[in-house]
Amino acid sequence: MTTRAKEIAETQERKSLGLWVYLMTDCMLFGALFATFATLNTHVGVFGGPSGADLFNLKFVLVETMLLLTSSFTIGLAYLCATRGFKAQSMFWLISTFLLGASFLALELWEFNQLAAEGHGWWSSAFLSAYFVLVGTHGAHIAVGLIWMAVVIFRLLQRNFKQTDVQRLSLLSLFWHFLDIIWIFIFSFVYLIGGMS
Amino acid sequence: MSDLQQFIFGRLTWQDFIHEPIMAGAGIGMIVALIALIGLVTYLKKWKWLWKNWLTTLDPKKIGVMYLIVSVIMLLRGGADALLVRAQQVVNNSNGVELLNSDHFQQIFTAHGSIMIFFVAMGLIFALFNMIVPQQIGARDVAYPFLNSVSFWLFAAGMILINAPMIVGEFSTAGWLAYPPLSGLEYSPGVGVDYWIWSLQIAGIGSLLSGVNFFMTIIKMRAPGMKMMMMPIFTWSVFVTVLLIMTVFPILTVSLGLLSLDRLMDMHFFTTDAGGNPMLYINLIWAWGHPEVYILVLPAFGVFSEVVSTFSSKKIFGYTSMVFALIAIAFFSFVVWLHHFFTMGAGANVNTFFGITTMIIAIPTGVKVFNWIFTMYRGRVRFTTPMLWFMGFVVTFTIGGLTGVMLSVPPADFQFHNSLFLVAHFHNMIIGGVVFGVFSAITYWFPKFTGFKLHEGLGKAAFWCWLIGFILAFGPLYILGFMGAVRRLDHYDPSLGWEGLFIVAAVGVVTIGLGVAFQLLQVTVSIINRKKYKVGPDPWGARTLEWATATPPAEYVFATTPQVKSRDEFWAMKQEGRSFSKKYEDVWLPKNSSVGLLIGLLATGFGLAVVWHMWWAVLLTFVAIVVILVIRLTNDDTEMKLSAEEIARHEAALQRRAA
Repeated sequence: MTTRAKEIAETQERKSLGLWVYLMTDCMLFGALFATFATLNTHVGVFGGPSGADLFNLKFVLVETMLLLTSSFTIGLAYLCATRGFKAQSMFWLISTFLLGASFLALELWEFNQLAAEGHGWWSSAFLSAYFVLVGTHGAHIAVGLIWMAVVIFRLLQRNFKQTDVQRLSLLSLFWHFLDIIWIFIFSFVYLIGGMS
Repeated sequence: MSDLQQFIFGRLTWQDFIHEPIMAGAGIGMIVALIALIGLVTYLKKWKWLWKNWLTTLDPKKIGVMYLIVSVIMLLRGGADALLVRAQQVVNNSNGVELLNSDHFQQIFTAHGSIMIFFVAMGLIFALFNMIVPQQIGARDVAYPFLNSVSFWLFAAGMILINAPMIVGEFSTAGWLAYPPLSGLEYSPGVGVDYWIWSLQIAGIGSLLSGVNFFMTIIKMRAPGMKMMMMPIFTWSVFVTVLLIMTVFPILTVSLGLLSLDRLMDMHFFTTDAGGNPMLYINLIWAWGHPEVYILVLPAFGVFSEVVSTFSSKKIFGYTSMVFALIAIAFFSFVVWLHHFFTMGAGANVNTFFGITTMIIAIPTGVKVFNWIFTMYRGRVRFTTPMLWFMGFVVTFTIGGLTGVMLSVPPADFQFHNSLFLVAHFHNMIIGGVVFGVFSAITYWFPKFTGFKLHEGLGKAAFWCWLIGFILAFGPLYILGFMGAVRRLDHYDPSLGWEGLFIVAAVGVVTIGLGVAFQLLQVTVSIINRKKYKVGPDPWGARTLEWATATPPAEYVFATTPQVKSRDEFWAMKQEGRSFSKKYEDVWLPKNSSVGLLIGLLATGFGLAVVWHMWWAVLLTFVAIVVILVIRLTNDDTEMKLSAEEIARHEAALQRRAA
């Protein structure tokens, strides 16, 4: 390998690792939000107002979870196909991922809207503020991921799966998997534990 | 107010531009200075030069200089605030003279604290990161040059937002950490707290990104042969610092974000009703805030390690213990945050835990102090200005450390809490530690970037003014703290007999001001006489890699990639008569980019729009940032080639100039 080619490969490797490191800082961000939620969740007993058990529909959340987990699988397939040059398949899986992600976000917004319409919006109690912000921050990340995905899809088509764009897809995939992991925690701590107690 | 007007301008009215005399004077002065600067650049026809060489640069050496300039200007602003605070406490509304009214006084001390931490201390350490770290590890650049420029411009955007209240609106009166419920909507309905939140939020995101950037730079870009345990101590200190930044800055983002949501969207995180919990904010902000003080001081420790070793002509004593002391300090910094509010009432067991962890930090810090002193022992010590700053630091920092241990005893803390004793303690650490460290660094590395030394005599005069001024300014505060004087005190009953001590403290601040004047004079005199103070590439007999290149360094810094064999690589090169290889290869450097500047401007607009509730502008600036980021990030053509021939030619020219 020439020095330049080695440098380019190193730059690429640095980008993946750097994104991963950045995601670890994002973990801290969610960690602080989880801690906030855990603290304010316990205030329901003192202050009154509805708790998670009164509000959450676990079956609905299970559907959301399945959509997101499936999208993580499909983006993996999209990336694998892209690296092997199966462009059409890759595009199919990417668009599937986008649709799954968008449906997840739509369901979440519907759920938010439902809660707000019933008078249980973010303004009504500390517990609900913490709930909306924790779940909403994850949702905002999903929205960023979807914009990112739209750009990647557009570029892949426009530049016919250029190497650098495939590498961008690998970064997106890393980000998307990370959001999945965060959702597992939200599902477990906010919905399962919070929804059953 | 009509609906349309409210839609366009949010809550902004003409009234918000009207200020009381002192603030109006400062605001008008700021505008006049800005216009004069723009006029000067236009008159000298330097716009193109400014744009090409500075505003759009991705070169960390230049970004570092820009951080330095912003921070020094902010040091003057924060210093002026300090002068006003002390002046008010001396005047003390006696004989009906009210220098600052209570509200304005609160704004000024809030601004003093916030500016000094976020835009002076943080800015100065980022200046050092950028200027020194890549060169010290034998790299040409940071891991992500473009991200680096974004970080700087976000920092600059925050700086503009924190100064904007002098022209339009008011600043927060809630202190540098804005504790709720005082900072909540109920007690601070104005724009002040919003200015504070968004200034820090935007600058804080820049800091976080810088943290990731320098972490990756140190992990991935070290010259071949430089193992982790061969890195210079300064680089080690930066490495540990960026680990702290990456861990805790997201917590700051969350704390500020939640406070803002309480204010903007009627949420109840930190309110006193609907189940909110103000103490949660105080826990969160200190979970960031305590590591933050180590983020500031660890790089200063790194600087002193380089300075002591160089000016004692000896390798650093106890390298390994120095590294592990840094790591230990970083670790313990995560488990002490509660000592900022022992009086919260967490109970004896919790307070004891945090009291003990706090005391433990004194051990690794003590290890470092002894190592520095042992480095001097039997060395050939040269008492230059950087070394004087170091010795001043050892004295002031040790005093500050001892009062810190006093504060860490929970029962005693109930007496000291919120008093001027505490204020004296942390100024001892931050001035005696961080500020002295940065001044030492500036004097030490100045010739590296300019090719000439700073005037020694004026530097020494500045040092003595700072040291004596510092003792005069903060010694009395310890005593006043014992006497019951609390922070945020804009006036007190004259019968308390505090006036004399406050006058001594004010004299101290003026003496520090004299020191600053000497420093400004020092830089001016040195620039005017730069031919006289011209030096070669190794003016101090230094030991680390950054001194092995030309002075000032070429754009590409290292003509060929260094092969590192020793901890004190440059020293070893001099001893063994080694030099860099001359087999030049093509080098790729990042092209200039105006995107960072653009994002900074848009972020400023975004901040102002949120503060004034102009929602259309919030949306517009946000979308604009996303769009230009997408354009930039999908662009593959971001580097330019510097051919081997060009480098050879440039190196030959450098050789001729040196000879």
